[in-house]
Amino acid sequence: MSKAPYTIIGNSAAAVGAVAGIREVDPDGPITLIAKEPHHTYSRPLISYLLGGKVDESRMPYRPPDFYEKNNVRAMLGVEVTRIDADKRCIETADGTSIEYDRLLIAVGGTPIVPLDVTGTDAEGVFTFTTWDDARHIQRYIETHEVTRTVVIGGGLIGLKSVEALVELGITTTVVELADRILSVTFDQTASDLARRSLEKAGVGVRCGTTVERIRQQGGKVSGVVLRDGTELACSMVIFAVGVVPNTRIVNGEAIETDRGILVDDCQRTSVDGIYAAGDVAQAADMLSGQKRPIPIFPNAYRQGLVAGNHMAGGNRRYEGGLAMNAVDICGLKTISVGVTVADDDGYEALTSLDEDTAVYKKIVLKGDRIVGAIFVGQIDRAGIITGLIKNAVSVSGFKDLLLTEHFGLISLPSEYRKHVVSGTGIEI
Amino acid sequence: MKRIIAREEYCLGCRLCEIHCLVQHSKSKKLIKVFRSEERRAIVPGVQVEQSGQVSFAIQCRHCDEAPCIEACMTGAMHRDPDTGAVICNQDKCVGCWMCIMVCPVGAIRSGDERHVASKCDLCMGEEVPVCVANCPNEAIICEDDDE
Repeated sequence: MSKAPYTIIGNSAAAVGAVAGIREVDPDGPITLIAKEPHHTYSRPLISYLLGGKVDESRMPYRPPDFYEKNNVRAMLGVEVTRIDADKRCIETADGTSIEYDRLLIAVGGTPIVPLDVTGTDAEGVFTFTTWDDARHIQRYIETHEVTRTVVIGGGLIGLKSVEALVELGITTTVVELADRILSVTFDQTASDLARRSLEKAGVGVRCGTTVERIRQQGGKVSGVVLRDGTELACSMVIFAVGVVPNTRIVNGEAIETDRGILVDDCQRTSVDGIYAAGDVAQAADMLSGQKRPIPIFPNAYRQGLVAGNHMAGGNRRYEGGLAMNAVDICGLKTISVGVTVADDDGYEALTSLDEDTAVYKKIVLKGDRIVGAIFVGQIDRAGIITGLIKNAVSVSGFKDLLLTEHFGLISLPSEYRKHVVSGTGIEI
Repeated sequence: MKRIIAREEYCLGCRLCEIHCLVQHSKSKKLIKVFRSEERRAIVPGVQVEQSGQVSFAIQCRHCDEAPCIEACMTGAMHRDPDTGAVICNQDKCVGCWMCIMVCPVGAIRSGDERHVASKCDLCMGEEVPVCVANCPNEAIICEDDDE
């Protein structure tokens, strides 16, 4: 049995953040990192760029080749952890090895959903799309089966990024979304319509308010789909992108408290001593509501990992809460959404500006005198200033009417906040 | 590390800093050539002058100690230069996902139109003094080294 003071299960944003967090406090204590996937830490969101041929495999690594070595990390890649024994403070791997830990971080991410009520999902040519290997398998399938038509189920972020990749490859693609609009979680109707227009201009078929009921097969391979409204679409490949759920399987039957994800406090601690969780597997507090909910986005994962690592090594960082946000480029249309984007009850106020011709749309959602959300479509430069105002809960009562103006910038902000933002130390502005 | 400090009471709003930044980050490094060539559109200056009435100032990346752009960068393109401490975007690695723009509270990162990558101040790597500072006629942007 080997012993590692710091043990991390996972190898993506949260795990890498945790390595950084540990090293802030403890410069050389040995870290063991165990991951099921065999690859050097890679950028998960890049898989759609890889599939679309925009980047090659050499650009996949998320950190340089010497990352583990430089950080005194023993990386056990391609190794599956099968069990956590919290009483004995050890984990077991699929090959029967036991590893003792002093502090353990669970950063195993999410699992893509394949709806159980769809028939025919066992056909060859049905994929999910969350890993490097998924991208390779899809690539190979497209080549060997000369795929010319696909259906992507799910009009969220992963769905649309996979659509974009398929378009790059010249494959005729239809996206099917159950909600009444694409990107329904992060966009309002107007932003969604602009995104849809961008997709349709690229030749993508968009069907909302319906979903796939059945996958047709021929000789065990996908030959089409039947939608709930009875429409049939011929295709030779299907990608499910209806979302991910926290991958809590590893803690099933253990004492670790879970809800939708593994519940954590503001130090990323789980309910069991010495065990932490971070990233898409975790359920931490939402900055705006204070409620715990999974927000599976990249920046939150890294931040949670950083906080967890720091705390595991005896530091005192705290997680300030997650803020739902996304930056996504949809077939050349730049978009950013942050926080609450639909002002659907009385407590909220929405400021909007829209230029249909140039497809430029801006929206700021306010609650009282604070910004709680924003959407930017077409023009995104300086959107982060708004994100900063949300995070810092700055009152905008003095400059509310400037928020949507063309030259909105730091100059529009109260000088005190401006100083806070631009100064590290001794900045005179 | 080097820090660039803006002094709004001295800024004339002449935008020479933007021009010098542009030229410095061009291939030819020649002003007329840059402005006449197509290259002009491919470079985004890392410094921006903001102006409202009589007030103006020049602002560029703060090279934050806790840089949200580095944390949010999904490719690893945005990183801290180990030698200078500057926050640098490796444009060969950047794919233009705009996460950094979404989280920068200063609004100091911009999306290139021509090149689909994030652009920002690199503190003029290799220069003793960043060109925006060196060429400001009124010392409205100055450079300090906080290691000294």
